[in-house]
This record gives sequence, structure tokens and C-alpha cells, in this order.
Amino acid sequence: MKYIEEYRDKGLILKLSDHIKKSVTRNYDFMEVCGGHTSAIHRFGIPSLLPPEISLISGPGCPVCVTATDFIDKAIAYSQRENVTIVTFGDLIRVPGSSSSLEKEKTKGADIRIVFSGLEALNIAKSEPDKTVIFLGIGFETTAPGTAVTVRTAREEGLENFLLLSAHKVMPPVMDAIVKDGIKIDGFICPGHVATITGSHIFNFLPEKYKLGCVIAGFEPTDLLQSVLMLVRQINTKSPDVEIQYSRAVTPDGNLIAQNQLSEVFEPCNANWRGFGNISASGLRLRKEYAAFDAEKRIPVIIQKHRGNPSCICGDILRGLKKPDDCSLFRKACTPENPVGACMVSSEGACNSYFKYHS
Amino acid sequence: MSEIVTLNHGSGGKQAHELIVNLFVKKFGMPQPLTDSAVLIEQGCTFAFTTDSYVVDPLFFPGGNIGKLALCGTVNDLSVSGAVPKYISASFIIEEGFPVKDLEKIAGSMAEEADKAVVKIVTGDTKVVEKGKCDKLFITTSGMGFIKPGFEPISTGKKIRPGDKIIVNGQLGDHAIAVLGARNNMSFSSSVVSDCTSLNHMIQSVLSECNQVHFMRDLTRGGLSAVLYELAQLSGFGITIDEISVPVDDPVRGLCEVLGFDPFNLANEGKVLIVAGRNEYEKILDILHSHPLGRKSALIGEVTNLNKGNIILNASSGGKRILDIPSGVQLPRIC
Amino acid sequence: MCLSVPALVVSIDGQMADVSVGGALFKAGLHMVENVKAGDYILLHAGFAIQKISDEEAHETLSLLNEMKNYENE
Repeated sequence: MKYIEEYRDKGLILKLSDHIKKSVTRNYDFMEVCGGHTSAIHRFGIPSLLPPEISLISGPGCPVCVTATDFIDKAIAYSQRENVTIVTFGDLIRVPGSSSSLEKEKTKGADIRIVFSGLEALNIAKSEPDKTVIFLGIGFETTAPGTAVTVRTAREEGLENFLLLSAHKVMPPVMDAIVKDGIKIDGFICPGHVATITGSHIFNFLPEKYKLGCVIAGFEPTDLLQSVLMLVRQINTKSPDVEIQYSRAVTPDGNLIAQNQLSEVFEPCNANWRGFGNISASGLRLRKEYAAFDAEKRIPVIIQKHRGNPSCICGDILRGLKKPDDCSLFRKACTPENPVGACMVSSEGACNSYFKYHS
Repeated sequence: MSEIVTLNHGSGGKQAHELIVNLFVKKFGMPQPLTDSAVLIEQGCTFAFTTDSYVVDPLFFPGGNIGKLALCGTVNDLSVSGAVPKYISASFIIEEGFPVKDLEKIAGSMAEEADKAVVKIVTGDTKVVEKGKCDKLFITTSGMGFIKPGFEPISTGKKIRPGDKIIVNGQLGDHAIAVLGARNNMSFSSSVVSDCTSLNHMIQSVLSECNQVHFMRDLTRGGLSAVLYELAQLSGFGITIDEISVPVDDPVRGLCEVLGFDPFNLANEGKVLIVAGRNEYEKILDILHSHPLGRKSALIGEVTNLNKGNIILNASSGGKRILDIPSGVQLPRIC
Repeated sequence: MCLSVPALVVSIDGQMADVSVGGALFKAGLHMVENVKAGDYILLHAGFAIQKISDEEAHETLSLLNEMKNYENE
């Protein structure tokens, strides 16, 4: 498979590992803020290829993990209404709401379907005109443009039974919040696919405001290792910068067509992040021209305020302050089969990855 | 244990295992450890007895249908305990309105597979339920086979030793992907065909020449990961797997990359895992390679004294990690 | 986040393309990319092509890696 296998060449991987080992002069803490990176780092055994001086911290990069409980509660409330079909990406189906999950509701008979693309959700709406189809929009800047295209297409085709419940979010505000919180990081491994859409310039604030360097990384083992090496060099030479390692997909300006699709349909709003609370201008909501497709405007639902499990430290884990092992629920009350917090639900959540890949 | 049964309880992973052990095995007082077939001794005769239910959706998929699946599944369960399969029973629960034409095709496949496997379907049952009370058709097959005198039982894993080698007879994941593709509600297609087949002749060709087959399991729901987990639990030893040696066909790999699946967790219906003594594994591989169903057999790992109870994966990247049992149904993800 | 995989464009029909990863075929919306033709590689994410892959840059990354010194086992 082209553009995949070449970047998994064992010789190159071991060479990079060697270079990193020979370049370290102190301890380094790097945070990645992308569920895809968390997953790849564990899948390819990256920690076993790095010297002990380098620590990779998993930040709030998994859109499932940071999806607030009330979003799930709203989706569940909608699913309990008559003639409503909830259409979602598979990632969300096991995320715990305050008392249930979409998976549990499905077993009770709710019409909840898993799709791979927003366009599939549109097809469902077209072929079942007597159902109200509500698509759950999660994901960051990589996924939101696709949702924008989906909503635009729904408008162009005059679909009246297609609605969106958006939990789309954008990365820079939460990264800013992490640094402002004072979490000790020496540099960021930036999400390569977000940057494919946005361009690298959205991360310029990191060196400019905080003198923190970052490397925009791809997802193959050589990409990750090369990015770590680039970060180590930035620190060793005291030259924080925004560098693009994933140049085969990322440019400074990004994908302008996708950006236009996004801004045509969505506008920034405040958003609730699990573990962080409200972060201003970190979410995406439909512009008023598209209000007809906004589930919450067309069909308001009321949900109860909830209290989470007081022992759940997902918030601290998402901020990189604590590790899964530090949580009293980890491996006991909270397991992949019975997740308490979102970090355990998604296979890229820090706790889920840790559970699977560490003894 | 949870209060309600969910789909995860049927997917061959950790939850399924817990439901079976904590509920059924306990209530029935079944001998443990659980094996694919029960091996029973009665009046000087050793035989294997097994049962399985088939609820696949869709009923027809590239490479087979629910009938073929049922027949081969039971034949394979018997074969991996070392038995020569002989007699099969077939029970059908049919939803009102089901086309007789389709039933004929399905029964025809079962008869065809039975001929190939040289087994006889000797008894069965048929029930029809009201529309909506079952999803088109469920099949339950039971099977009996005889174990040759002098053959030391292997299903419990007690013959497994550190240094033993782990072999699979070909590419993983074909069945799961063929069925997923046939569901047609996902935006993908592939030429992947289910590997559904009876493995008894291939397995017998190994057993008749070799005496160092220490353990066998067919890789069905839960895939390779589920069987490796079972192997580690049964034997108490550690397992090391070399990711690069595990055969996976390109379209299956491609689908796994895009949908976020792990090929190790995908279901198979024509694959067996063999644990072979270190002095005979090469001979076993040779015999497998010379059989049409074993041409792509590969040595994928070994049993070790290290990391007891755990499965260590030597990733093809050169890194290492621990493999864990799949939990629940694999779902396509965007993230 | 963001499971996105390089895929080969096999055929195009209006705004939709059939793309291949290892021989498995997927549908991809081309709404966010332009001047795509059969034989190009795109990044497939959630049923959309989110970028064309730059072959030139891909080669450059690999050349850089290949040119890196090989350390002897010390």
C-alpha cells in the first residue's frame, strides 16, 4: 500500500531510533493532542523505540474522550423520540452519558445506526423520508469540513428530515488552555490530519506566545520518530518553531477549499470539553442560514444536569497531569467493557490504549 | 456481570468469555477448561462432541452461506480436538415468510460440504416462528467424531511447553471482511471471499504423520487475538508473536487501515492455529504447505517462559507491545 | 484523531470517486479537492478526500530518511 508501507520500513525506523538516542542531552516531555497519534504510538510500539529521557504524554486529542456527557445525554434523549433515527460514527456508541450510552439505548430498541461517513447519513435520510435522521457530528478540523459538505448537500437537495447535532471542536484553544494551565511540556507533536485542513499556521501561537516548539507529524512510525527527533533538535538548539514533518499532506496554508466549506456552514462558539469545562471559541455550530438543519433549534430537548463519578480523573488525564495508573478506578471499576470515563471508551483514549498495551 | 445481554457478549471476546464461564459453565457444572469439543470416554471409546449456533447476517456472502458456515464450523471444532468427524445434527429456526428457495440453497450447501468433509447429517429439527421473532434463519449444528485410541488429548492445552512454535494455516480476516462487505451498508467493496471450509482432511494429514501437535484451535469469532488469549490462559506460559509473519491479504489490510480494525481480531472460518513441538514444527509446516488449504501457512510465534500469561507482539516496526483480548464488537471509527 | 489513509483514485463519477487501499474499494467525496484524476493518491477520511498527496514531498521525506547516517551498533 503506497504511502503507507515505505514509512513502516524497519531499517529506517531503527535508524531514527538510534539518532534519537544519540541526540538526547536531558529529559524531554512531549505532548501529542491527537487520538490517531495516541493509537499509532501504541500500535507501533514507539515508546519501546525511544530512550528513557523522552516521555510522550497524551493530551485531549481524542474527540470522543472530550465529548461532554450532556452531548451524549441529548443524543439519547433524541433517540427516545418517535420516528427518530440517530446516525453516528462508531467511536461514540459506547461513550457513557450520565446514566446510559447509545449502545445501551440500542439494545433497548432505539434506532441508532453506525456510519463511516456523513454522506451515508444523508442516504439514510433520503431513503427513509418519514424518519427524522439526526447525525451526530463529532471530530475536529479534519472531520468538520466533511460534515459541512454533508449539510450543504442536504440543503441543495432540499432534504427536510436531516438534522445535525454538532459537537465539532477545534484544537488551538484547548492547546492554549493546556499551556496556560501550566502543564509542563517541552513541545507538542501536532495533529497531522487537522493540519492537512487548517495549514500549519494555526500553531504559530505556540512559539510566538509561549516559546514552545511543535512538529506537525504524520501517523506512520517513521513520521512519529522523525517528529520526535525534530523536536529534540529544536530544544537542543533552543529554537522553538512550527515545523512540518508531514509535508506530503500538510502545507502552511492547508486545504483552502475545505476551509471555505467549513466557514460557509459553521461558525465558532463556546464549547464544553470533558475535563476542561467551557473553552471559548473552541467549538463549531451551524450558522443561522443553516438553522433548519440544527437539531437543537428544530427539536429542543431538555436534559438533566448530571454529576459524574467523583473518582473519575479523566479531566486530569486529558490534561496530561495524571497517568491512567494514577486513577483509583483504572482496571477495577473502569475497564474497556465497562468504561466510567471517556478516556476508557475510545480505543484511542489514554486509558484504553494504556489498558491494552501495558502490563 | 452486566444486567442485560448485549451484542458484545456474543462477539467472542472477553465479555462473551465471562458470560459463558460465570453463568453457563457454573450452572451446568461443566468440566473446565472449556474446549471447542467435549472429549468423552464411554465404554472404551473416546469421542468428541460439540455444538454451535449460527446467526450470521447476511445469510449469503461471498464464499458461502449460513449453512456452509454451520457445517464447516462443527466439523472444524471436532477436528481441532483431534477427532475424525463422523455425524452431524442440524436444527433450523426459521422466520415465517422465509423463501423456500433460499432454504434449498442453504441445505444444498450443507449437503455439499458434508460430502466433501465425509460426514453424515443424521438428525435434526425444524421450527418456524412468527415474523419478527427471529432474524430470518438460525441454525444449530452438533457433531460427533471419534478420537483414535492412543491419541493424547490436546484440547486442554496441557501438552503445551515453552519453546513450542505457533503456526496458522493462512491469511487472516477474510471471512469477517467478506461478511462485512456483503452487508452493503458501508461505503466499501472488495473481492475478498470468505475462507469458510472444512479443515478436517488437512488436520488429519498432519495428525497422521506427526505426534508433536500440542494444541489446536480454529480461529473464529474474536480472531487470532481471542485464541492467543485462551492459549496464554490455558498454558500459563507467555507468548511472543512476530507481527510481520502473520499473513493478511492486502485488501483486508487496506480495509483495516481505513476502518480502524485490527486484523488480529477479525473472524475466520477456515483457519486453525497449531501449537507444534519445536522438533516437529518444520515437518508440520511442510505437510500444511502441500495441502490446498495450507499453502500460505506461516510460523507466527512461539510459547515462552517470559511474561507468563501475556502475549507480546514484536511489531513490524521493530517496537514491542502487549496484545490484549479484543473487547466487544469491532466498530468502524473515524478517529 | 483522524483515521485518514492514503488511497489510490481508481475512477471518478461527478463529485464521487472510487478509491482503493490495498485493493479494497471505497467511495470518497471529492468536494474538498480539485483537479483529481485517476492515478492520483488522496487522503481518505470519513468518506471524503481531504487532501491530495504530494508525491514530490513524499519522496523528499523518504530521501531525507534514507540519507541519514547509519550508526554501527555501539
